[in-house]
Amino acid sequence: MNYRMIVYLLGWVLNVQSLCLLLPVGVGIFYGEAQWKAFAVTALFSLMLGLLLTLKKPKRTSFYTKEGFVTVAMSWIMLSLFGAVPFVLTHEIPSYIDAVFEMASGYSTTGASILRNVEALSQCALFWRSFSHWIGGMGVLVFLLMIVPLTGGNMMQLMKAESPGPSVEKLVPRVRQTAVILYSIYLTMTIVEIVLLMAGGMPWFDSITTAFGTAGTGGFAVKNLSIGFYHSYYLQGVVTVFMILFGVNFSIYYLLLSKQFKKALKSEELRWYLAIIAFSIICITWNIKQKFYPGSWFEAFHNAAFSVSSVISTTGFAIVDFSRWPQVSKFVLFLLMFIGASAGSTGGGIKVSRIILLIKSSLREIIGIVHPRGVHLVKMDKKRVGDDVIKGTTAYFSLLILIYAASVLIVSFDEFDMTTSMTAVAATLNNIGPGLELVGPSGNYASFSVLSKLVLIFDMLAGRLELFPILVLLSPQTWKGSLGAIKRRFSWNRKSM
Amino acid sequence: MNIIIIGCGKVGATLAEQLVNEGHDITVIDTDADAVKHVTNICDVVGIVGNGVIHSVQREAGIDYADMLIAMTGSDEQNLLCCLIAKKATACVTIARVRNPDYVAERGFIKEKLGISMIINPELESANEIYRLFSIPSAIEVDTFARGRIDLMKTILPKDSPLAGMTIKSALGRMSGKILICVIERGGEIIIPSGDAVLQIGDKISFVATRKDAGSFFKKAGLSNYHIKTILIIGGGKISFYLAQKLSEVGFRVKIIEKNKAHCEFLNTILPDDVIIIHGDGSDQNLLQEEGLAQADGVASLTDIDEENIMLSLFVRSGYKAKTVTKINKLNFEGIIDNLDLGSVIYPKYITAEMIISYVRALENTTGSHVQTLYNIVGGKVQALEFSVRASSAVTDKPLSELQLKKNLLLCCISRHGKTRIPGGSDKLEVGDSVVVVTTDRSLNDLKDILA
Repeated sequence: MNYRMIVYLLGWVLNVQSLCLLLPVGVGIFYGEAQWKAFAVTALFSLMLGLLLTLKKPKRTSFYTKEGFVTVAMSWIMLSLFGAVPFVLTHEIPSYIDAVFEMASGYSTTGASILRNVEALSQCALFWRSFSHWIGGMGVLVFLLMIVPLTGGNMMQLMKAESPGPSVEKLVPRVRQTAVILYSIYLTMTIVEIVLLMAGGMPWFDSITTAFGTAGTGGFAVKNLSIGFYHSYYLQGVVTVFMILFGVNFSIYYLLLSKQFKKALKSEELRWYLAIIAFSIICITWNIKQKFYPGSWFEAFHNAAFSVSSVISTTGFAIVDFSRWPQVSKFVLFLLMFIGASAGSTGGGIKVSRIILLIKSSLREIIGIVHPRGVHLVKMDKKRVGDDVIKGTTAYFSLLILIYAASVLIVSFDEFDMTTSMTAVAATLNNIGPGLELVGPSGNYASFSVLSKLVLIFDMLAGRLELFPILVLLSPQTWKGSLGAIKRRFSWNRKSM
Repeated sequence: MNIIIIGCGKVGATLAEQLVNEGHDITVIDTDADAVKHVTNICDVVGIVGNGVIHSVQREAGIDYADMLIAMTGSDEQNLLCCLIAKKATACVTIARVRNPDYVAERGFIKEKLGISMIINPELESANEIYRLFSIPSAIEVDTFARGRIDLMKTILPKDSPLAGMTIKSALGRMSGKILICVIERGGEIIIPSGDAVLQIGDKISFVATRKDAGSFFKKAGLSNYHIKTILIIGGGKISFYLAQKLSEVGFRVKIIEKNKAHCEFLNTILPDDVIIIHGDGSDQNLLQEEGLAQADGVASLTDIDEENIMLSLFVRSGYKAKTVTKINKLNFEGIIDNLDLGSVIYPKYITAEMIISYVRALENTTGSHVQTLYNIVGGKVQALEFSVRASSAVTDKPLSELQLKKNLLLCCISRHGKTRIPGGSDKLEVGDSVVVVTTDRSLNDLKDILA
């Protein structure tokens, strides 16, 4: 394993983070809040450490899948640990575990909060929380690939480990160019949303933070009532549409930009994604109309549409407390939590394309029993899907269920009701945020024990990185024979200094 | 430039890797998903699985925006078809690999009538290179510039060389205006020397000179300047065919040993009768001795198996006087191969890549002074480039001593009106000259880039 290269990249991640921390510093100074100093101190410390680690470029730059996974996993853990420091320094979140929970939730674009009263936070802290969604949505290392001149084809491993989906492809020949295109699309869409929100009369600070929350499909809001605070069909409608848009595979937007409309609209995943949304909205509208909105079909549709797009895109904004809805609606939402957004989007969950692959490969097994000698390949967009992708998808699904079950078991020790425990884990593992009952849109995660919080932090990061990077990091196989090498490396370092 | 490469075999993959390093955007197409995956894993390119002949696949690879299409699949006909289709649809430059000896005679016709910009035949090029090596026996590498008027040669300073311990200035003495030593390899180190550098035994010296002057330098360095007459070729593939044809034309005595009976008969029908074809296993020591290995002046190991070629050459070097040339197709352990006592080694995949890269560089720079030929020497760490000076610029019409040149860069020779000379400080570059530059900087595109 190339430790020097991993450390070097981690150093760059710290540099990027300190750059990002300057934004809340600016916001704090602008609002005349004293809290900006905490952010400035963290930024400075992070920059110093980062510069120290990136001082010398390693000679050996060989970089393989293993290194890519380990780097990505370590970066995200490190980001959460560092990003949490300002909250503790300002005493806005006194417990460090809680602060790490909040930051892991921010970077992983979950949006699950331990805060009982969000509005008590300073503006700069609110900004930082929301901005972590934005940078976490598209990925820190993808950002890094764009600004740091890293050469070599193997840098693709970083992108593969960080970007969601069963098989990550480049849009253009260069990794760097691909990263630039992705971030440009991302930035443009975010700006359009900010403008539309401000046009609807939302204050600019709220518009920016809400857009960050939508773009990263995160879900941190700056009001206790989330988007429900803004009593405007227009504003809520804009957020609904953008939540759906950010849950679409970004390569579709690239196809549209390069004028390949036919190919973009024929995408199987896009069609399924939209079909699932449409079906769920119809189902829930019909289900809640009678009891909750007897007067107005529109009101029912509006609330159903917002909640469905919020959950399927794994954003987690809310305008109503859907915990109080009928069982059918709640169960549909629970299923949507697992389905999640499209591959290559900023959303979480299992991803629509994986669901399609799972269904198709299961059907293939049934057909295989009827026609034992038949040849049935799994195809998507009229192209064959390799067996390795299918294997990866099934493994991902099994691991997800295992981790889900184990997490629910541990969280159950807190003696909350079954729905709370099950949806709390589902909402963090799939990066949504609010679950049902105690952790529903009007609740929060504050009352969980420290152990449960640690488990949920693990779930959020593992979910955002699609399990494998974190599992590879924790696997003893990765480190076998490495401890000796690390010892040697360090003793060598001391000598050379 | 946007370049599409169809076919990800050995050559296609090497080419993709080198072109990416040159800064181009590459898309590769192959029908074999594993081959595509391999290439996309080792370098920064986009891969598409599909048949490159099909127009819609080419469009998916972005043929509409591509500047160049290179067809490197295993089949000549498929390569030509790829280029034809691309040519009919867009205006991009097309390069096809065509290897079948039957088509060689038609090369000009195919190029012109089908509108293909470049037809490349790695086997023929490799054969030409081996031919040059046999015609200058003391050199282990020969690259030609200025249409063959001047060569860049590499040789190893032998044990009892009288030049050992001398500075370059005193070693060359009176010949200093005719020979220029541009690179010395010592251990793993690469030196672009000044006149005060000291030569040591075992140094690999690359120098520029005409053939005649090279002869006297070899004599001075203590290398016997013998002539090669009898050559044994082991393995009867396409390179062997081209090589035997060329060698027998100029009067060498050539023997080819080939395993496959039918192939022997085929070679016998298409090659002139004075080339002797032997049916047998080239790795059989008895057969080699029976066929006069002891009398052979040159041995070329050109079988399809790299390991066998290496073993054969090591065997010949261990007890015979013959000069050896070893072909290596696939192996990648250059550092190790360099340390083996193999004599000359040729890599057909690099030869192809070099030719295409010099073509690409020339294309990129049609207005300034463009690259005519390019060679990677010293395992790709040093490049020798020939520029033709097309227009006056910052480097022309000034004495060379006044130019601020980059570090580790040498102007080796200037050809003017058919005469080639090694320049001194007072010489000037003029429009119409062609000039050879040796450098460790791999990004030279234009003659102006030599300035620091």
